Amino acid sequence: MLLIYGDPEKFAALPADVRDNWHGEYMEFTQTIAKSGELVAGDALQGIDTATTVSVEGGATLTTDGPFAETKETLGGFYIVDVPDLDRALVLAAQIPDARSGKVEVRPVLDVGDM
Amino acid sequence: MASPERERFEQLVRASSGRLLAALIANLGDIDLAQDSLADAFLAAAQRWPRDGYPDDPDAWLYTVARRRALDHIRRESTRAGREQATLAIDAEVRADRRVETEDTLRSGVEDHRLRLVFTCCHPALPLDARVALTLRTLGGLTTGEIARAFLVPETTMAQRLTRAKRKIRVAGIPYRIPTATELPERIAAVLQVVYLIFNEGYLASDGDSPIRRDLADEAIRLGRLLQELMPGAPEVEGLLALMLLHHSRRDARFDGDGDLIPLERQDRARWHHAEIAEGAALVEQALRRGAPGPFQLQAAIAALSATAPTFAETDWPQMVLLYTELHRRSPSPVVELNRAVAVAYARGPDAGLMLLDELDRRGVLTTHLLPAARAELLARLSRAEEARDAYDAALQLATQPAERRFLEHRRAALDGDQLQGRS
Repeated sequence: MLLIYGDPEKFAALPADVRDNWHGEYMEFTQTIAKSGELVAGDALQGIDTATTVSVEGGATLTTDGPFAETKETLGGFYIVDVPDLDRALVLAAQIPDARSGKVEVRPVLDVGDM
Repeated sequence: MASPERERFEQLVRASSGRLLAALIANLGDIDLAQDSLADAFLAAAQRWPRDGYPDDPDAWLYTVARRRALDHIRRESTRAGREQATLAIDAEVRADRRVETEDTLRSGVEDHRLRLVFTCCHPALPLDARVALTLRTLGGLTTGEIARAFLVPETTMAQRLTRAKRKIRVAGIPYRIPTATELPERIAAVLQVVYLIFNEGYLASDGDSPIRRDLADEAIRLGRLLQELMPGAPEVEGLLALMLLHHSRRDARFDGDGDLIPLERQDRARWHHAEIAEGAALVEQALRRGAPGPFQLQAAIAALSATAPTFAETDWPQMVLLYTELHRRSPSPVVELNRAVAVAYARGPDAGLMLLDELDRRGVLTTHLLPAARAELLARLSRAEEARDAYDAALQLATQPAERRFLEHRRAALDGDQLQGRS
């Protein structure tokens, strides 16, 4: 799983033409990995101003506005890819536009057989 | 086992285990399983060979037995665990059977297996301390206990570190292969970094109270030779090996009887290992002729220049300045700048060197004891004793290594001696 953490400050500092084509770059990347058969799933998320965080303490549900942690980089989307090894996943992660202005975390999906 | 017999056997274990382990990991795709089954095979050999005689091809015997043990283990696990596990086990078995021609696998692929293992152990997705430990464990053949002692951590901590690393290799899918051409330069650099770190752990372990740490320098040189064998003609690999040989050649001259550090200029050059210097110098020359200089080659060239000069004063300082300038251009760092300033001081006089050091000081980018220590030396040479004393004090506030602290204290005390002599 490729977890995409964007940094709004760094993104805003990018040249205007790069920002304008951001969506196009994502479309292109998605199409490439769809064509190669590596794409399993992927989506972009709405901004953190729309986030709600839930926890259950002593049976009571606690609902708070906002993301669970206030950080500079926030989770903005994800891809699930089917690749033979970590190196391939790292190559794909580096192609995600936000890798240039934010960070992409690569995590294997838990296989029940590994438990 | 009788003692000559035991010696013969132990020698064989040392010689074979690295090769066999790499081949088994390649075959089984599981470091733990490979290590356990190889240990089983050695145990079986220790019982059988003295009784029945040594086989014609001990490696092939050990490999076959180890592989059979591993497959038995996989089968046992798969009957115990659920279907998911069984599928995994079958995969492993199919993988293993595809290379059933055991002897051929062992012969033709063995260097390739070890090289792949190098890249797995030094993968940047692993934390640096785990890369170091894994490399020593799987390629260096050190035990977990030995590695723990060398890095001054409890054995349980080191065992956990290794377990976590092996788990990440398995679960995150860190591949067991030679990186592609585009990845290769970065990944070779990562491997060299690990080996150099191992070397420095040993080289800087100067207190003399832990010989196992000094053994790490030998171990790193062995790894360097292995890399050279596995990647012939790679200039930075040659550069690193040359650098380690050249540094290590001075090991018997770097400390006095009390374990105190002797600076390069006062070392007894007769105590240097000149065959190693010759090998290192020839190696770096060979590397540089390939026309792709890199940081390790340049550092080795610098070390060679020092090591081949008849005396410290006769070192080719202008050439030294050029090499440091080039090194700084390629991999800029405050420590390189500092060393360049010292070379400038010898080439053009202490004033010129001091100017560069003061400039470095103003930028505040180097916060170790090295900077005030170097300033102190130059100030002392300019007979600015008061300022030199202040600089030694500043260095002593930052230095932590006992031998280095004693060295600085001696230098500060010598300052008083010089002054007394000057007054009388």
